[in-house]
Amino acid sequence: MNDAIKIVVVGNGMVGHHYVEQLRQHCPAADITVLSGEPRLAYDRVHLSEFFAGKTADDLMLTSEAHYESLGVRFLCNAWVENIDRQSRQVWLTDGRHLVYDKLVLATGSYPFVPPIPGNDQPHCLVYRTIEDLESIQASAAQSRVGVVIGGGLLGLEAANALKQAGLEAHVVEFAPQLMAVQLDEGGGKLLREKIEALGVRVHTGKATERIVAGNQSRYRLEFKDGEALETDLVLFSAGIRPQDSLARQADLAVGERGGIVVNDRCQTSDPDIYAIGECALWQGRIFGLVAPGYQMARVAAGHLAAGDESFTGADMSTKLKLLGVEVGSIGDAHGRTEGALSYQYQNQPLGIYKKIVVDAKQKRLLGAVLVGDSSDYDTLLQYALNGIELPKYPESLILPSSSEKPGLGADALPMTATVCSCHNVSKGDIVSAIDEGACELAAVKSCTRASTGCGGCSALLKNMVDTELAKRGVEVKKDICEHFAFSRQELFHLVQVEKIRTFDELLNQHGQGLGCDICKPAVASILASNWNEFVLARAHVGLQDTNDTFLANMQKDGTYSVVPRVPGGEITPDKLIVIGQVAKKYRLYTKVTGGQRIDLFGARVEHLPEIWRELIDAGFETGHAYGKSLRTVKSCVGSTWCRYGVQDSVGTAIDIENRYKGLRSPHKIKMAVSGCTRECAEAQSKDVGVIATDKGWNLYVCGNGGMKPRHADLFAQDLDTDTLVRYIDRFLMFYVRTADRLQRTSVWLESLDGGLDYLKEVIIGDSLGLAGELEAQMQKVVGTYQCEWKTAISSEENLKRFRQFVNADKPDANIQFVEERGQWRPATAEEKNRLANSQAIPVRQLTNDTQSA
Amino acid sequence: MQWNSLCKISDLIDNSGVCAYLEEEEGTGRQLALFKLVLADGGQKLFAIDNWDPIGQANVLSRGIAGSIQGEPVVASPLYKQRFSLVTGRCLDDDSVRVPVYPVRLHEGAVQVANVQLAELEEAC
Ligand SMILES: Cc1cc2nc3c(=O)[nH]c(=O)nc-3n(C[C@H](O)[C@H](O)[C@H](O)COP(=O)(O)OP(=O)(O)OC[C@H]3O[C@@H](n4cnc5c(N)ncnc54)[C@H](O)[C@@H]3O)c2cc1C
Repeated sequence: MNDAIKIVVVGNGMVGHHYVEQLRQHCPAADITVLSGEPRLAYDRVHLSEFFAGKTADDLMLTSEAHYESLGVRFLCNAWVENIDRQSRQVWLTDGRHLVYDKLVLATGSYPFVPPIPGNDQPHCLVYRTIEDLESIQASAAQSRVGVVIGGGLLGLEAANALKQAGLEAHVVEFAPQLMAVQLDEGGGKLLREKIEALGVRVHTGKATERIVAGNQSRYRLEFKDGEALETDLVLFSAGIRPQDSLARQADLAVGERGGIVVNDRCQTSDPDIYAIGECALWQGRIFGLVAPGYQMARVAAGHLAAGDESFTGADMSTKLKLLGVEVGSIGDAHGRTEGALSYQYQNQPLGIYKKIVVDAKQKRLLGAVLVGDSSDYDTLLQYALNGIELPKYPESLILPSSSEKPGLGADALPMTATVCSCHNVSKGDIVSAIDEGACELAAVKSCTRASTGCGGCSALLKNMVDTELAKRGVEVKKDICEHFAFSRQELFHLVQVEKIRTFDELLNQHGQGLGCDICKPAVASILASNWNEFVLARAHVGLQDTNDTFLANMQKDGTYSVVPRVPGGEITPDKLIVIGQVAKKYRLYTKVTGGQRIDLFGARVEHLPEIWRELIDAGFETGHAYGKSLRTVKSCVGSTWCRYGVQDSVGTAIDIENRYKGLRSPHKIKMAVSGCTRECAEAQSKDVGVIATDKGWNLYVCGNGGMKPRHADLFAQDLDTDTLVRYIDRFLMFYVRTADRLQRTSVWLESLDGGLDYLKEVIIGDSLGLAGELEAQMQKVVGTYQCEWKTAISSEENLKRFRQFVNADKPDANIQFVEERGQWRPATAEEKNRLANSQAIPVRQLTNDTQSA
Repeated sequence: MQWNSLCKISDLIDNSGVCAYLEEEEGTGRQLALFKLVLADGGQKLFAIDNWDPIGQANVLSRGIAGSIQGEPVVASPLYKQRFSLVTGRCLDDDSVRVPVYPVRLHEGAVQVANVQLAELEEAC
């Protein structure tokens, strides 16, 4: 490795991290070391505020030590670089360590600007940039009643929201006469102010703070230039950022007059062996304070090392966001500063909507836009602006409400060069070629282009584009579940419900054709069960079930089954453990503890299943539905009963929840968990439904997933009492059961919902569809008609007839053979079966029926 | 052709399969998957194929879901979901794979199967 090129990256923020990943792809052999000035590796600063909504530092991580190790990237944390010696090509850390480089990359980002106000350095005067900052804010908020944010820009408003969420009386003090002066014009700023004040945040514009002194009712008193004053316990500075360029100054690299490390189109500084990227870099006199341009610089700089010839060509600074629940969008020249620019405005005071577009003198091109209160036109407008698309004859039609000719800019109108996703620099051309190469659905396009996996702002446009392109190729974006029904699962659900259809045959006669198949039959069986909850092995239903449902057990590769009794919440008595052990021994089953905190018994022959279950049921067990598309487990940590840190009884709640939803048939399996404190030992955020205790109640998370496509659950509601928690889960699950596609987990379902999480909250919490009562009633019906399917199965001779290897002979399947391994039985391999046939000695499990009499 | 009675028609399950044992010589036999499909017009039809899933390598075809694809009666293997024609034994998802199919009939309430694979029968005629 000695002659490998040595690359040292200073700063492991979002951009430094992106650079490392890009560079590793371009230069697999490079010797990369990254120095993080913070105590941890890179995390998602863009979503930093979610820390206040319950995300932990771990949740926000963009990488991990293990990930860097797997990339072969060396790293140091708490490694602050103090000095660059360009002569000897070394960097020196504050603790005296030093490293040699061939190429150096400065990704040092920026630091919050704290205005030079006397008194700004006292305790409880804080900034908003790092996880440590947020921890200080949290600690200070706990001892404060009033909080003031100095600075009414984008970040300041985000910070004010955080203070409000922490329960403080929140104020925003802004020097300019309006909020978000960079992105919004006067009209937009005014409306935003009204909306934010209506939410209980007090706004003070045109105020210059002169000093911070001791207060009378509160800890401090801010004195303004105009003689007025404001009392507060906590001061949060959010008055802009400054590029972190001190290293460049020390090393005599060119820096801008107002800061920033000067770079060329390849992101090289005045020393060609040193690059600067991200918020510390100054390109053509501009600093880019957003993550997407930083990522572009990272790509350019990494590519340049590998002899690529991409250039940085500037970046669009348009933004769309939701501030305290208010939609805001700003595009290009929002202030109409371009010479000859004209504008159109639309204002709807009753609804609180303000929109403006700025066009060129000839009214052919869109230059900029401001949207407050409704940003639904943002995607279309942005594409007009970025791609220089000619405006329609009446440009105002773009922002007027529901004018029927509103020229919604279809994906078709965009040129191939149009950027769809600016976070990952994906153009329409990239998406079209991904589809040409075989990606034939949204998820596939997302995963191979990474489009819409950054900030997600382009998701609606992307979906529209993929649908249009697929339709063009004759791929009908068909939702038919299979050839037997020209309906989606959701439509079938509706038919069953409204027409009170109770059997597959009835549905097929009335709405389908042919005999059905292995796709529609189980799907309809599940729909029927969600609606009417009849015994799945009843004559009319038994032929519809997957083998796992038919035999109420999970088929394994050799045709035997595994048996999983329910262990609600993972709590089990010693006596029951003994019974499981005894049953396993008697039927010679292989036992393994599952990830869902229960015990799986493998290797049961179909003809033994009823006997096994009779013994389990006698001992008080119930079926675990491990075989069904239904609730699997509610995992829990030990909770406040035992744990020193627990704040609620997670086990008790997990058991109640598991008992409530057991047996619910759904489009796919459902997993849940309950954690007794924020340490989250039950891993609730990787579940479809996750519950985490707070000292006030429960936080509810939804739509997480582990497995093949992990997804962190989203925080759905906070500090719920147990009743409300259960009501929300009732509604959530039933809405999922009704509307999801076949075999669609909640995580994918959420991605497919127009409006995503916000929409889901509106439906479940805000009851925007007026469905809440119905969903709860339907759940109550399912809960009220629960039966242990095994108990019902073994109570009737008719049902038991299915559990035979042969209808006409009392013999086992001779192909099923076991050998011993680590003290248990496992299926014999084909080769072992051959050796067995030639009776060479390997330990073998008996095949006869003697186990029943054992 | 010799017919062997395997079970009663009432042992079969509508639109589903069961497994039956067909003794060949002393102590050896075959596992057959028997299906009874109820057609749209109310008529019913019996099918017999081998129970061995040549792809999954296990005796499981009788436990698959029966149905039709483009009008052809099929069963889907419960292991890896490949579909096999109940008429020809052909695997719809892999042309190179076929399972044996046997003549089957209902005779005085008994389900009878002839121990001749249909392919052999076709060749013989
Ligand atoms: C609350 C918040 C919300 C935001 N929201 C958005 C948004 O919605 N959209 C958007 O596009 N952008 C947003 N941003 C801005 C975005 O986070 C930044 O553009 C991005 O993080 C810049 O990345 P960077 O790597 O250049 O800098 P940073 O992320 O600041 O990383 C620089 C790193 O370098 C380290 N460092 C500096 N000097 C040294 C040294 N001498 N030695 C060692 N290490 C050093 C620092 O400690 C830091 O860890 C937001 C920022 C904040 C704070």
